[in-house]
Amino acid sequence: MSRYRITGRGRVDHGATVSFTFDGKTYQGLRGDTVASALLANGVHLMGRSFKYHRPRGVVTAGSEEPNALIGTTRGPGRFEPNTRATVQELRKGLVTESQNKWPRLSFDLGAINDRAYMLFSAGFYYKTFMWPKSFWDKVYEPFIRNAAGLGKSPTEVDPDRYASRNLHTDLLIVGGGAAGIAAALVAARSGARVVLVDENPEMGGALLSDPAVKIEGQGAWAWLDDKLSELRALGVRLMTRTTAIGYYHQNFVALCERLTDHLDTPPANAPRERMWHVRANQVVLAQGALEKPLVYDGNDRPGVMLAGAAQTYLNRYGVRVGDNVAVLTSHDSAYHAAFDLADAGSRIAAVIDTRRDIRTDLLDAAKQRGIEVLRGHSATGTKGRLRIKSVRVNPVQGDKVGASREISCDALLMSGGWTPSLHLFSHTKGSLSWDADSNTFLPDRKTEACHIAGAGRGLWGYAAVLEDGVKAGLAAVEALSRTAQPRDLPVENDRPGTGVSHTELPTDRSPGKAKAFVDYQNDVTAKDLRLAVREGMRSIEHVKRYTTNGMATDQGKMSNINGLMIAADALAKQPPQVGLTTFRPPYTPTSFGAFAGYLRGETFQLTRKTPIDPWAEAHGAVFEPVAQWRRAWYFPKAGEDMHAAVARECRATRASAGIFDASTLGKIEVAGPDAVEFMNRMYTNPWTRLAAGRCRYGLLLGEDGFIRDDGVIGRLSDDLFHVTTTTGGAARVLNMMEDYLQTEWPDLNVWLTSTTEQWATVALNGPNARKVLEPLVEGLDLSDDRFPHMSVAECTVAGLPARLFRLSFTGELGFEINVPARHGLKLWEALMESGRAHDICPYGTETMHVLRAEKGYIIVGQDTDGTVTPQDAGLTWAIGQKKPDFVGKRSLSRPDIVGKGRKQLVGLLTEDGSQLEEGAQIVLDPHQSLPMKMVGHVTSSYASATLGHPIAMAVIEGGHDRMGEVVHVPMPDGVRRARVTSTVFYDPEGARLKA
Amino acid sequence: MLLIHCPYCEETLPEAEFAYAGEAHIARPADPSTLSDEEWRDFLFIRTNARGTHFERWRHIHGCGRFFNAARDTVSDRFLTTYKAGKARPDLSAVKEAAE
Repeated sequence: MSRYRITGRGRVDHGATVSFTFDGKTYQGLRGDTVASALLANGVHLMGRSFKYHRPRGVVTAGSEEPNALIGTTRGPGRFEPNTRATVQELRKGLVTESQNKWPRLSFDLGAINDRAYMLFSAGFYYKTFMWPKSFWDKVYEPFIRNAAGLGKSPTEVDPDRYASRNLHTDLLIVGGGAAGIAAALVAARSGARVVLVDENPEMGGALLSDPAVKIEGQGAWAWLDDKLSELRALGVRLMTRTTAIGYYHQNFVALCERLTDHLDTPPANAPRERMWHVRANQVVLAQGALEKPLVYDGNDRPGVMLAGAAQTYLNRYGVRVGDNVAVLTSHDSAYHAAFDLADAGSRIAAVIDTRRDIRTDLLDAAKQRGIEVLRGHSATGTKGRLRIKSVRVNPVQGDKVGASREISCDALLMSGGWTPSLHLFSHTKGSLSWDADSNTFLPDRKTEACHIAGAGRGLWGYAAVLEDGVKAGLAAVEALSRTAQPRDLPVENDRPGTGVSHTELPTDRSPGKAKAFVDYQNDVTAKDLRLAVREGMRSIEHVKRYTTNGMATDQGKMSNINGLMIAADALAKQPPQVGLTTFRPPYTPTSFGAFAGYLRGETFQLTRKTPIDPWAEAHGAVFEPVAQWRRAWYFPKAGEDMHAAVARECRATRASAGIFDASTLGKIEVAGPDAVEFMNRMYTNPWTRLAAGRCRYGLLLGEDGFIRDDGVIGRLSDDLFHVTTTTGGAARVLNMMEDYLQTEWPDLNVWLTSTTEQWATVALNGPNARKVLEPLVEGLDLSDDRFPHMSVAECTVAGLPARLFRLSFTGELGFEINVPARHGLKLWEALMESGRAHDICPYGTETMHVLRAEKGYIIVGQDTDGTVTPQDAGLTWAIGQKKPDFVGKRSLSRPDIVGKGRKQLVGLLTEDGSQLEEGAQIVLDPHQSLPMKMVGHVTSSYASATLGHPIAMAVIEGGHDRMGEVVHVPMPDGVRRARVTSTVFYDPEGARLKA
Repeated sequence: MLLIHCPYCEETLPEAEFAYAGEAHIARPADPSTLSDEEWRDFLFIRTNARGTHFERWRHIHGCGRFFNAARDTVSDRFLTTYKAGKARPDLSAVKEAAE
């Protein structure tokens, strides 16, 4: 094992070696390692290249906030994941990882030319660099940006993994399993409350895992942890590790993403990879701790430069020394403990460089004991070393004066700029923050949810203070739950309290304009960029953020936000709270799409509704199309037929003899009750009072704005019962609208509405021989034209089945629609097919239905109308009951804009050259006008008509009804088409065939 | 996800069971034909767009199917109260006091 690993130290299993590869090279790590700790144990700091400048980068943190060490991981075919944080990915056997943003290799990357050309990539470079010449955009700039954009490589295959989701209700959810969270859980669990404690790490303990020397209740930190976690388990607390609270929503709804298998050598077959928990908690305790800030100085991004707390974690939790000769740069007491622990573990501490003059004497004494040099009131002004830091340049600072520099050799540089409370989840709830000028941090202020914030997450430091605060939060939650709990004293020995100061960029004796002092590592934003953004007029922190991209990378500014704010505020000569903090939004850490989708993918993404006749269509080779949520037979091709040929044959067969069509998807609503006719009069445009039982009528439904919402044939079965049909896609909308009026505007009407769409199977039978096909199957009804004329409805028996039989037509032919209880739909269909054999009955699909109706000029709501079409526009004035005092939308039909001239009106179009127009094509009056042309309408429907032998189209055109016979123009990519405006009825305008 | 109290079911249930249905207390005129174009325009299109308390309609569409009214704060999204369709606007000072 490498000399950086200390045998026996940390929480890793020194007896269990795990091998993995990084950029093709095999390394050995230990069970319990992350990829980052295992690489560090092998002396590897260089783990990636930065996004913009391709600068060599090493790991800076030991947690989920890592901005630099982003790697691609492979878990087998189809299981490549980009941008995995090496600090989070646990080692498992055979793990294959690779670095990102480099070509040809990590140690030599041609993209690093960007680093020399950094002037081109300053703040707002997107808005400046790529502006001119305009001709460069297509050929040069866009390909360049596309090539450079994006972090890592996207996977190309469908994710083969499964993802789960579950609901969870609990009394108390505690986010963060560190000292504060555990203390809160202990108090709450003893009160009998149901408690859930979650932590994003593989084990509970938080910072205690990195501070084993601390003693609580007389026990070493780790022994205490073991004890307390067993106690919590025994009390029934649900302890969830590898579980990130990603978002905090209304009324204590918290989303948790649990990672289940990525750490396993061999995941169980079919085990979900991740599980999304939807938690509803009565009370929430946020004990998320704090994140360490970097310091901002030239060269603060070289591999080997990392946060002091991270180095302490690598040492104590993973048994890894991050260097042999380590320099420490700090403005906070906490970094001293990292220095002491590393010194005690055998690393040389090159120096502790403290920006402060006044330092606690106990820390100075402890440094002296270990022979560590402490440089007080010093600044770091540069670093050297290409792929790993070699030295740091430091200068004494006295007031505004920066003294002479000195180089300190080192192979690692630890830094601490203090700690930022993690307030991400609190911010999701719109909780307000207040600026604490003493600690230069934002702290939680006004709460909007039933939550309690505890520990370092609200600016406390040192285990005694944090544990006490955790107990307090637990008690507050218990009280809110109307339970009782005992306070608990958790005495701490060897505590590590501390304070610090905050800085903008550290002072330097060099030109600040040349400094590469990074604030946001992942997006390569420097202090200079932030100041430039302010100089160029950005005043709000939201603008500075977007102009520079500070805090916009996948780490969402966890490390950079406060440093960025301090620098922007300084440049604006304002106090930080006056400049404000950008808003944190979910998710807290990058979350896989799979976890969000859960079970809702592929076939289970949306349900597919199938009619009772669907199995027959499938067995007979139908091609299907989705219509709303339905799967409908589109056409029934015979061997060798394409869609065009099949549809032409189906149209001809229907017009020549008989066609059969599955219309079961039509929406159906039963309107029943003594006031049914009054209700229909008020809802639909048509008059219903004089429609006799046994008759039906085309019904038109408007919105109050006067525009067409839906249509369908409505049959009156008796005085108090209407069978309403709606469009396939409109069924739910129409019922909702009817219910709305009935419940809230006319609750006095005695009417009952029932959706019967799925209760009836509906078969449409059309063609000159339709009656001959149907008649032999009908009992109890005379089908002759005299006794059962066009637009009749009756209850009878068809093929031995109880039926509601309509005589109506959506094709222009003699037509019937037979409704039978849905469970008998297939039986009816098969009986009709059998009966129709003598008449060459032809099953047809939705495409033929569309062609046949268009030949007759029957509209499809939503295709020939678009929500701005009135009955007059559609040529349906005849469907309006002019004498009715009122109906929904009536008043709007006399609105000035609706009676005015120049409205788009529905007309037919025939091209002069006999070509077929494209649906959606725009129409102009003068094809020679200059660009942009005035468009006067568009083609709504267009089909090849086998019946007529030429294509037909419908269109909405300004003032169309007054343009009959005129020629309009349809510009298309291959030339302008001339088309003549006609009536919308292309076939059998007298309607003789209907009445056969 | 919000929790919404259905005044008909008398249960507090997840938002997913409900559908929003526009501003409340805008009654359809008894005889629209007597309205001027301006009055009819106001009925059709002019809405409060409140910042703060907003009276609005919801439907328990995946439950009892009833339309009801709610007072909701558009800044916090929080429901202040819900009440049956046809009832007058409630006195919110009492509701707000109870919430605080």
